[in-house]
Amino acid sequence: MSDLKKLGVEVLAMSVDSMFTHKIWQEEELSKMVEGGVPFPMLSDAGGKVGQVYGVYDEEAGVENRGRFIIDPDGVIQAVEILMPPVGRSEAELFRQVQAFQLVRASKGKEATPAGWQPGEPTLKPGPDLVGKVWQVWKPK
Amino acid sequence: MGDEEMDLGCARPTGGPVGVQPEEVPEEREIKPTEEVRKPMVSVGKKAPDFEAPAFHEGKFKKIKLSDYLGKWVVLCFYPGDFTFV
Repeated sequence: MSDLKKLGVEVLAMSVDSMFTHKIWQEEELSKMVEGGVPFPMLSDAGGKVGQVYGVYDEEAGVENRGRFIIDPDGVIQAVEILMPPVGRSEAELFRQVQAFQLVRASKGKEATPAGWQPGEPTLKPGPDLVGKVWQVWKPK
Repeated sequence: MGDEEMDLGCARPTGGPVGVQPEEVPEEREIKPTEEVRKPMVSVGKKAPDFEAPAFHEGKFKKIKLSDYLGKWVVLCFYPGDFTFV
């Protein structure tokens, strides 16, 4: 989470629990797992109305699936991941994707990141010169 | 804690994408969303649906509105529930 903060990313967590439940969870359990508790706002979507609009609310179970949305500074959704409840997400993959989208934005769309790209590795510069030549600049592991 | 802090209302989609004023905002929205609002309106490359919701943060209750975060990168994470295990 501190890594995301360094990238200037604001994290918002949301579930159907009330803000009162969030308070007790933070104070009674999360603060024992993370020093000081989780640093981001915990939002309450009682009834799942926001989750419905985002396509993550499971009406039968009455809970929200693990939906994760990367939203850029213009409010545009750049990435979506939705997992069923039993499988947790990967912060490393989130971190990688945020850095990739930030790089693409900083390049004003001139650069793209190939599959499996990691920060610091070469990017691709899509254009007429690259057609048929990707093999010269990018070799999948 | 003041009454004001407690009176944050319920989470609700505002009915439009972030940064866009809905053409018509009813004075008092019903708890039941309209069919139009219920339809998922999420897609990569499109603006995120705006919403406001009560939140707990840094020891306080507050109202959070997604469009207040315009100009910043945001990661919005839904999860099944407090006190669950994953």
